[in-house]
Amino acid sequence: MSLHDIAPPALQLTGVSKSFGRTVVLSNVDLDIVAGERHALIGPNGAGKSTLFDLISGRIPVSSGHVALHGQPVTGLAARRINRLGLARSFQISSVFARLSVFENVRCATLFGLGYRYSFWHRLARLRDAAERTMAVLEAIGLTARRDMPAGSLSYAEQRALEIGIVLASDPRVMLLDEPTAGMSRAESEQAVGMIRRVTAGRTLIMVEHDMDVVFGLADRVSVLVQGRLLATDGPAAIRANPAVQQAYLGLPAGRGGTVHPALSAGSSEALR
Amino acid sequence: MGPARGPDGGAALRREGHGWPVWALLTLLLLVLPLAGRSGFAITLFSQMGVMVIFAMSFNMLYGQCGMLSFGHAVYSGLGAFVAVHVLNGLIAAGGVWATPVSVLLLPLAGGLGAALFGVVFGYPTTRRAGTPFAMITLGIGELVHAAAPMLPGFFGGEGGISINRVLGAPILGITFGPGLQVYYLIAGWCLASLLAIHAFSQTPLGRIANAVRDNPERAAFIGYNVRHVRFLVLVAASFFAGIAGTLSAIHFELVTAENVSTLRSGGVLFAAVIGGAAFFFGPALGAVVFVFVATGLSDVLRAWQLWLGLFFMALVMFAPGGLAGIVHAHLQALRAGHLRVLLPFYPGVIVGVLTCGTGFVVLLEMLYHRAFEAASTPLLHFAGLDIDTAAPASWAVAVAATGIASAGFAVAIRGFARRWRMLQAPSGEEGVI
Repeated sequence: MSLHDIAPPALQLTGVSKSFGRTVVLSNVDLDIVAGERHALIGPNGAGKSTLFDLISGRIPVSSGHVALHGQPVTGLAARRINRLGLARSFQISSVFARLSVFENVRCATLFGLGYRYSFWHRLARLRDAAERTMAVLEAIGLTARRDMPAGSLSYAEQRALEIGIVLASDPRVMLLDEPTAGMSRAESEQAVGMIRRVTAGRTLIMVEHDMDVVFGLADRVSVLVQGRLLATDGPAAIRANPAVQQAYLGLPAGRGGTVHPALSAGSSEALR
Repeated sequence: MGPARGPDGGAALRREGHGWPVWALLTLLLLVLPLAGRSGFAITLFSQMGVMVIFAMSFNMLYGQCGMLSFGHAVYSGLGAFVAVHVLNGLIAAGGVWATPVSVLLLPLAGGLGAALFGVVFGYPTTRRAGTPFAMITLGIGELVHAAAPMLPGFFGGEGGISINRVLGAPILGITFGPGLQVYYLIAGWCLASLLAIHAFSQTPLGRIANAVRDNPERAAFIGYNVRHVRFLVLVAASFFAGIAGTLSAIHFELVTAENVSTLRSGGVLFAAVIGGAAFFFGPALGAVVFVFVATGLSDVLRAWQLWLGLFFMALVMFAPGGLAGIVHAHLQALRAGHLRVLLPFYPGVIVGVLTCGTGFVVLLEMLYHRAFEAASTPLLHFAGLDIDTAAPASWAVAVAATGIASAGFAVAIRGFARRWRMLQAPSGEEGVI
């Protein structure tokens, strides 16, 4: 392959399927995520969005199909190996290191990538690069003032921010965020969107999100997943107007005169919960 | 690695862990401790405390630092001790420059390395799993090694164990490690070195990732770590320090037996760590001192000491899960927050309550113990200068009534204290609550 060829997609899913016993959760998902784009994954509950994240990040193995990260096959790799290749994810339910301080939570996530790995011959307090990156991440997620608090004692919105901070700390090229604003108030959500936009600059973002304000405010493209199948991938406006999306997503008859269904318009996130 | 600290680096870097004043204080304490009691018994007691401190701290590298509850930690201290005594007997056989007090001084290193080797062997299968399966596997390995002892008399020395002579060759600067005081200083030195090393370990990338694995193993995998590998490395490191403790115990008693690898020993170190407070760095050290004090120092006064210790353990787990260090820590925080002045009036009641209630139960237990095991020779129990007739119903009535009244008083005192304590701990309202 020469340098003049088009760069491979940041993430490429080819015929990805997942079954638990006889239950098919995802079937034959093909998806190319362009490097540098912000991509939202929407769909009703039980559509398989979080399962798709689990497959991409190596939490559970695919039943069939292939996943490639920047052209490199990662199908079947353990989560830690995929992470080392530059993909980091957050969790729908906050998953932090509860007894460690906010600072330590973020610093732990910087260590492997900076090459300290399993070192017991470095003193943490002397690792300037780790400390500086940690402080930069804390600044970016707005938790500098909370740096010494145990992560378990943070407020809900702060834990969601820390969740993103841990993802950011390893300086990943591809970030998967699973419902980053779920359960937040309107004001908190708006703040989070601004923060996510800033920290994902120059990276590839894929996020599961129910809040249409967030989706249409952040995403360059949107994919709709319904009952384990990828229904459509398109720009936000086109997705909103897509009759098939409206029909399958909400069980409505197609062709309502081209109007956007209220549930798919901004400011109506509740309908999709 | 980098050049001089820039302004940003200076802001980001902070001193972490326990600073030099703590270590200076500890060094001083270890140096002057023998002045507190020069009797042979006191020196023996202090020596055993030093050994147990290392053992409990090594146990806590697994439990408190990495979330691995081991029921078989004595496997490593015991096997390390056996390796060490074989090495020592080999050195004595070699004679000459090999058999000097320096060999004894460095012997714990051999025991530590031997134990670490067993850590590699047993750690590989045990650390495949965490949580309850890990605890079960360690229990199994503990029983396995203990059961193997009679089958391998060459290594374990059969029933009688293996005895050693710790005095090797000519004295160096008057040191032979024969007298108890010299052994105490040998143990104190290794104790300080081990604590420094365990503390340094806790301040490394691996040490911090061990905490992360303890808190949330799944997330640790998603920040690039092989969780099993982290557990394995921590277990090998903990085994090393357990081996040092085991070797020092062997030097102290000049004997190692199969009892050194028993589940009883494994349970003892767990007791010590939890009593002291596994969530605090020095907690297990504090617990080890208390444990040895009760098990060895008080066992003549309190013949039912195991029962007493068991009750104390239960009470701590139920009412102060942070252990003794947790109690100390909470008070330091209250002091810093300026709350201690408000709480002060409650202390006399609580302290009197603890003492009277505790004494009541201890006397009752000792009377029971006396009736069960010693009443045949004399019904009289000598306790704290008193002669208690355990055959007379009147003494039982008095003891039960006194204990009951003391308990009721203690319950009232502690309730008032707890209410005020909770009021002070309540969130001040500046944190957002969702």
